Amino acid sequence: MQTKLKVRMAVIAAILLLAVYGIIGLPRSAADLRQNLSENIRLGLDLKGGSHLVLQVQVQDAVKSEAEQTIERLKDSLRRAGIDYAAIDRNDSATVEEADTIAVNVKGIPVDKTREFRALVAENFPQWILTPVGAADYRMNMSPSELLALKRDTVQRSIQSISTRIDELGLTEPVVQQYGSSSEDYQILVQLPGVDDPARVKDIMQTTAQLEITEVKDGPYPSREAALSQHGGILPLNTELVKMASRGSPQEEWYLLNRIPVVRGTDVRNARPGQDEFRKWETSFTLSQDGARRFGRFTEANIGNRLAVVLDDQIRSVAVIQSRIDDSGRITGQANEQEASDLALVLRAGALPAGIQFLEERTIGPSLGADSIRQGIVAGLAGLFAVMAIMILYYKGAGVNAVIALVLNTVLLLSVLAYFHAVLTLPGIAGVILSIGMAVDANILIFERIREELRAGKSIPAAVDTGFSKAWVTIVDSNVTTIIACAFLFLFGEGPVRGFAVTLVIGLTANVFTAVYVSRTIFDYLLSRKRQMTSLSI
Amino acid sequence: MELFKDINFDFLRWKWWALGLSGLLAVASLASFAVKGLNWGIDFRGGALMMVKWQGEPPVNRIRTVIGETVPGEVSVYEVGDFSSREVAIGTELREERQLNIDRDAMQKALEAHFGQPGSGKLEFNNGSEQDLVERLRDPLQRAGIGKSDQELRALAEALVDFRNSPPRSGLIASFDQLAQVPGVTAGVVEVLKQESYLAPYAIRQVEMVGPKVGAELRKRALLATLYALAGMLVYIAFRFEWIYGVAAVLAVAHDAFLTVGLFSILGKEISLTVIAALLTLVGYSMNDTIVIFDRVRENLRLSRRESLAQVVNRSLNQTFSRTIMTSGLTLLAVLALYFFGGPVLNAFAFALVVGFIIGVYSTVFIAGPVVLAWNERSARRQRPVAPQAPKQPDTARKGQPKVLKS
Repeated sequence: MQTKLKVRMAVIAAILLLAVYGIIGLPRSAADLRQNLSENIRLGLDLKGGSHLVLQVQVQDAVKSEAEQTIERLKDSLRRAGIDYAAIDRNDSATVEEADTIAVNVKGIPVDKTREFRALVAENFPQWILTPVGAADYRMNMSPSELLALKRDTVQRSIQSISTRIDELGLTEPVVQQYGSSSEDYQILVQLPGVDDPARVKDIMQTTAQLEITEVKDGPYPSREAALSQHGGILPLNTELVKMASRGSPQEEWYLLNRIPVVRGTDVRNARPGQDEFRKWETSFTLSQDGARRFGRFTEANIGNRLAVVLDDQIRSVAVIQSRIDDSGRITGQANEQEASDLALVLRAGALPAGIQFLEERTIGPSLGADSIRQGIVAGLAGLFAVMAIMILYYKGAGVNAVIALVLNTVLLLSVLAYFHAVLTLPGIAGVILSIGMAVDANILIFERIREELRAGKSIPAAVDTGFSKAWVTIVDSNVTTIIACAFLFLFGEGPVRGFAVTLVIGLTANVFTAVYVSRTIFDYLLSRKRQMTSLSI
Repeated sequence: MELFKDINFDFLRWKWWALGLSGLLAVASLASFAVKGLNWGIDFRGGALMMVKWQGEPPVNRIRTVIGETVPGEVSVYEVGDFSSREVAIGTELREERQLNIDRDAMQKALEAHFGQPGSGKLEFNNGSEQDLVERLRDPLQRAGIGKSDQELRALAEALVDFRNSPPRSGLIASFDQLAQVPGVTAGVVEVLKQESYLAPYAIRQVEMVGPKVGAELRKRALLATLYALAGMLVYIAFRFEWIYGVAAVLAVAHDAFLTVGLFSILGKEISLTVIAALLTLVGYSMNDTIVIFDRVRENLRLSRRESLAQVVNRSLNQTFSRTIMTSGLTLLAVLALYFFGGPVLNAFAFALVVGFIIGVYSTVFIAGPVVLAWNERSARRQRPVAPQAPKQPDTARKGQPKVLKS
């Protein structure tokens, strides 16, 4: 019995030391202690301040552009195969939910070419499913598995691009990850600790940064209508009308551009901000080897023609090709240094494959976080001391026992948070406080039972023994129900609320150890010191 | 000290009164749901919320006008916390996701335009970030002959912002001269700050914008979490006890959650995500109370077979009463500390727990026991008298033979 007791005391001491080490490490000075504490107990955004953003990838953009490319290729193949058609277009969709409804509509295929047309689609466009909607008209839908893969890939590439952009900002420990209850939500969670005005970061994230350098066919025109009427209402093959980005002037400028760009954003190798000869800010970029070869060939053959730099469907500049250009270009007209360097950043990081939309923003200023920490600590200490005082008052000696268990419980709870790198949130602090209240429940159950057994006339050791064994089942039962509630809270909750569920569960689990194992050891120690115990302070 | 020594109180005598009282409260809650409905927070209905701390009395009416002019939909402006916190919550609608960024900028700009000096070309210090300060001060400090390295400048900006953010200032300083106490700040630096920046009488401390999509999703998840938690407990108790005990316990805790939500409706208090968390905790905790009593009933049934179930339930309630009061009292104490000292963010959370714990104790004693009893009496009238089966061995039989009451 004696050695068993010693082993148990050693176990408790070891766990206590490990717990304390987990929380404060081995500090050599007060500053060290502070440092270790803030490193080990990681604070959530709601305590240290920062931004929590949820955004949705507009996957329909990617499906649309896939459909457009298919239309171009299909027109090409049909021409080559000598199959006539009246029109090929796609339907539009504004929302993520409608992404699946995007289809390519083919009209006016001659009836005698039906077999050839079907064979051509089956061979060249296996990822599309062809459905006839009349004698000469067809609808092409992307196959479900292709569609799913495309949408998933779009989300993954968006995450990659956004995290590269955010990483370049040099924030500490930003989080960019997939979010939502299913992958069908196409949501991304972005957490930016320490950012209390996320406007600039949001701008940087939201720029799709689709860069294209394209041949100018004609222009400028004062309006879209003017451009169309010049060409008899129908645009020449493979061209599109693009508007010049307005720089404060009310006069619109439209250009007719080649639909297929010479180089794209994916060909950009590097980009950096700079100033032109008039000290105006611009962003210059260099091209990859492959891009540079294409660019060089094109510019050599088109000296005297014009080129347009198009960013996110707006022309940023138009210039006449003076000589062969190989591997560099620039985007002029940035308002200031920050704008120029932000653009350089997104060009380096790569374009987003689809637009994004913000669904949620929660920003907490650091001053509110500091207030919350202070209030949380005050409330925690007030609760802890009140509970301790009443326990000692009501249960005297045994109350001291419970208080030791309670303190150990709180230390264990904090150390588990530290060891598992869990994040402490404001509701998490509430969970700690609540678990202080709940932790004494196990002690009270045991003490009340021991009192009852003593009243029934049992000897002190027997009463302690029965008290613990009878209360044990109840303690397990009652903690399990709260843990069940917390498990569902964790599954369905988000952010700070999850922190609450986590701390409460840890607190309750630690409680089983402290209230039963530790308290029992203390009682046994007291009992072992006197052979004949005549009274128990309870 | 012992407050409840060998008490023998006939709790079951009051069961009809208790059921009547609960019924009355439930009807009041239902009436309130019908008339006033629930005040869902922006977590659930979507919307925008900006918490702004003011220097001096917040100009609530002017803020309402100013924001109402810039942002579409209904605008609510009200003071939060006690008088000394001088904090205002500005709430607006958010019907569409694409308004999210637009509205946020508009609100920020409107505050700046009416309460700041956006035309002065100076940096606003109270809402400026560390980075803003670094960029703004670099050249002027150089010109004033107190140039600093990048690292020094960053440290200076951090110290200034930390000072501004820490209590009691909590994000707002009233005059630049206060900054003289910050380590590393000389009179020269204060002079430069005065030239380069100004102080707005407010600081934006928190912004929450929740689009309607997220709101609908969170609403669904909160409901599911509550239902699943209740079902999970029902299964657990049914497994550990007879199923009627599970039903009784779930009825009792559903009663607690329902009445707590009812009180939120009556008082018009906002239901946020943390309030749902409080409700779930309450469900778990109240269940815990009920289980302690059921455990005792089970144990007593094994020992004395001559007593009627009513007597056993009553005796169990009495035996555990001291524990019920102690535990609930102490947990209530911890939650009260949270309510009084935990600050405005946790206020509604703590309120839900305070109310719920009080109702929880009441339902544990007056609802759960009578439900089990009523069921047994009913089935006893239909069949033969209740003869609870005692397991062969009291302690080891718990796992193998969880069911105690067979009717």
